Amino acid sequence: MATATKPVSQARTSRTVTVQVRVKRFQPDSGKGAYWQEFTVEADPLDRFVDVLNRIKWTQDGTLTYRRSCLHGVCGSDAMRLNGRNRLACKQLVADLGTKITAEPMLGFPVVRDLVVDMDPFFSKYEKIKPFLINDEPVPSSERLQSPEQHARFEEGTKCILCGCCTGSCPSVWANREWVGPASIVNAHRFIFDSRDRAAQDRLQILSDRTGVWRCRTIFNCSEVCPRGIPVTQLIEEVKRALVQDGPDVG
Amino acid sequence: MASNVASIGGRAYPITDHTFDVVIVGAGGAGLMAALQLPKDTSVAVISKVYPTRSHTGAAQGGVAAALGNQEEDHWKWHMFDTVKGGDYLVDQDAAEVLAREAIEAVYDLEHWGLPFNRTPDGKIDQRRFGGHTRNFGEGPVRRSCYAADRTGHMILQTMFQTAVKNQIRFFNEFLCTDLLVQENRAAGVVAYSIRDGEVHTFSAKAVIFATGGYGRAWRVTSNAMACTGDGMAIAYRRGVPLEDMEFYQFHPTGIYRVGVLLSEAARGEGAYLLNNTGERFMMRYTPTLNELAPRDIVSRSIVTEIREGRGILQTKRDGDDYVYLDVRHLGEAKIREKLPDITDFARNYLRVEPITEPVPIQPTAHYAMGGIPTDVEGRVVIDEHNTPLIGFYAAGEAACVSVHGANRLGTNSLVDLIVFGRRAGKHIARQLQANELDFAELPADAEDHTRAMISRLRAGTGETQDAIREDMRDVMMDLCGVMRTQAGLSQCKEKVAELQDRYSKVRIMDASTNFNTEMMEVIELGYVLDCAEATVAGALAREESRGGHFREDFPTRDDKRFLQHTLAYRADDGGVSELRYKPVVITEFQPKERKY
Repeated sequence: MATATKPVSQARTSRTVTVQVRVKRFQPDSGKGAYWQEFTVEADPLDRFVDVLNRIKWTQDGTLTYRRSCLHGVCGSDAMRLNGRNRLACKQLVADLGTKITAEPMLGFPVVRDLVVDMDPFFSKYEKIKPFLINDEPVPSSERLQSPEQHARFEEGTKCILCGCCTGSCPSVWANREWVGPASIVNAHRFIFDSRDRAAQDRLQILSDRTGVWRCRTIFNCSEVCPRGIPVTQLIEEVKRALVQDGPDVG
Repeated sequence: MASNVASIGGRAYPITDHTFDVVIVGAGGAGLMAALQLPKDTSVAVISKVYPTRSHTGAAQGGVAAALGNQEEDHWKWHMFDTVKGGDYLVDQDAAEVLAREAIEAVYDLEHWGLPFNRTPDGKIDQRRFGGHTRNFGEGPVRRSCYAADRTGHMILQTMFQTAVKNQIRFFNEFLCTDLLVQENRAAGVVAYSIRDGEVHTFSAKAVIFATGGYGRAWRVTSNAMACTGDGMAIAYRRGVPLEDMEFYQFHPTGIYRVGVLLSEAARGEGAYLLNNTGERFMMRYTPTLNELAPRDIVSRSIVTEIREGRGILQTKRDGDDYVYLDVRHLGEAKIREKLPDITDFARNYLRVEPITEPVPIQPTAHYAMGGIPTDVEGRVVIDEHNTPLIGFYAAGEAACVSVHGANRLGTNSLVDLIVFGRRAGKHIARQLQANELDFAELPADAEDHTRAMISRLRAGTGETQDAIREDMRDVMMDLCGVMRTQAGLSQCKEKVAELQDRYSKVRIMDASTNFNTEMMEVIELGYVLDCAEATVAGALAREESRGGHFREDFPTRDDKRFLQHTLAYRADDGGVSELRYKPVVITEFQPKERKY
């Protein structure tokens, strides 16, 4: 049977550290450009970075602006660039980021205010690849059948929470904002390789034009930053292969 | 988002008056499910304060129950019985029947829209066990929960959003609903505040659905997203609609210590132990047949009892500050990796605890509102003990109280509620529109006044900022209106919440901007959650019995003579609960019995 190990709360309360947070700020209605502001805040090493932001907002500066909701890495609201890498602020602890933390909005998106970016262009590109099941055959009275192997073929892409970390870390996106970007391709893959879907060719055609998959230069930033651990680059490569081979192998 | 700007003579003017056949507030499972039922020629707007895919439905892990019988014999009537018993007989049984019957079609709908369910070897939807779901009226566990790995809610939300994109549903994202417009006893529309630019928008509609979710942010330790602030409940309550059974609030037993993030019931389903400071599996003393797999209310109460009796790990005897252990070490590394990846990730990430070699500190976490806006089985909001409908007003999901969860919800039944009653509300509206039974009501000339006055008042506030008001609320609710309650504690809590309401009336906002002012949003939300807390405490104080999620130390047994009925809490015009009324529970098949596991 278990014995009581070291109380976790001791780790939480006895080691408070002073954290310097540098935030890249921008208020469009202020008439001035973006600027850096530094906040000093006491934090527990096990605090999430979003807890630190909340503390600043609630006790120092109510104008500090960012999105957040679920606080545990499933809703995708608080994607931002922390110490130079796209992260979810609720999945990073102070212990991960150190006592000098830099927070910026993600690159490759129009900035709305402070750490908030405009996600509308991102969702428009997502919509472009027809991110929904297309199958006009009559449905059975119960479920459509799909083997566990057929399910596994596209499962990785279903983990996507549309946070934008991958798209905002992609140099090809920074260079050309028309490009659909990695998140859209992940979601296209999810349907292209689903044995129940009938529109793989439509999506492949959309992805074969000059704003499609071929702009991926296999830089791997997307795979490195995905907070859901999706092998983004691999999925993009599979779509490229399906294009070359004239169709996906759905198992 | 589609354009909200009109160009007149080359100048852009924001359009702030909208007309739609149906306006749905909330883009989680219930709201999207309702939207997807409406025919193509119906104009529909979905208003959401977050991008739809950020909705809290996405956080649900375990599964969605439906008696498909893919793995073993199962029947909807068994599901209905489990729901009624799990809810400690406060469930309206006509609604539980609808829930259990229609879960089956609704799950097939989701599959047809592409939901990537896990599969059996023969290609059907895979099903697994979950707490409280049994075969043959309680004989033993049954495989009823349809699931997509440990992210069933995420897949439901994604699949519905994808289908909404396909159906070209119109979304108003990052719009915070601020008011329900009622004209001559019918819903006429809603008012919403655009977070992006601070504009106030009016939506005229033949039917309004509130699918705005729960209010877990009222408690210090909660599994709920920051968006779960009871917006729809509070708005309805302010417009004279009562809130039903708010005292029944579920604490999930296994929240990550201090953070509140949920460790799924799947852990105990796979055989995890709960241990106190002596290493004892204490659940064996409380529910010797089901042990750790007893329903959530019972396990949470047992944990709190252990802590209060000094057997928490820190031995503080204070249940808000202490914890016990969830132990999976005996399951072995392979099983932990394969079956419980989420638990492993969350424990490592948020506690720096390695579940393969260390027990995981957990405490009960505020999780789910059984109560809410009262509705009938069609999703129509009803405003009194005679079930008088407010024409054109619907509610579904956690925001609503049908009541299918009664005094305690079973695991996986939240997702069932969303899809079944979201679907019902949408279909009912579709039928009513077809039959010309619903029409536009003329909007009052002062439609936006209430919202504009609220915003002006908040901008002019000279008191304290939101921080201490919110934190004090979360503390008093956790300490005095949590897993265990007493008359003295609840009376004190009621007073404190009234004090907080008073402090809130003077609250000051630091941010004067109209551009993406999230402080304004948070302060409006704080007002909502305070109203929900107020109704919760009033119901809890008056209910002198213990049933399901509501436990009174001073009245530790269920009292069917006095309290086999639903609470309806009404708000006074100048704030505070004006009156509590009660309405009978619908009992069709299953007579109330002692709830034993």
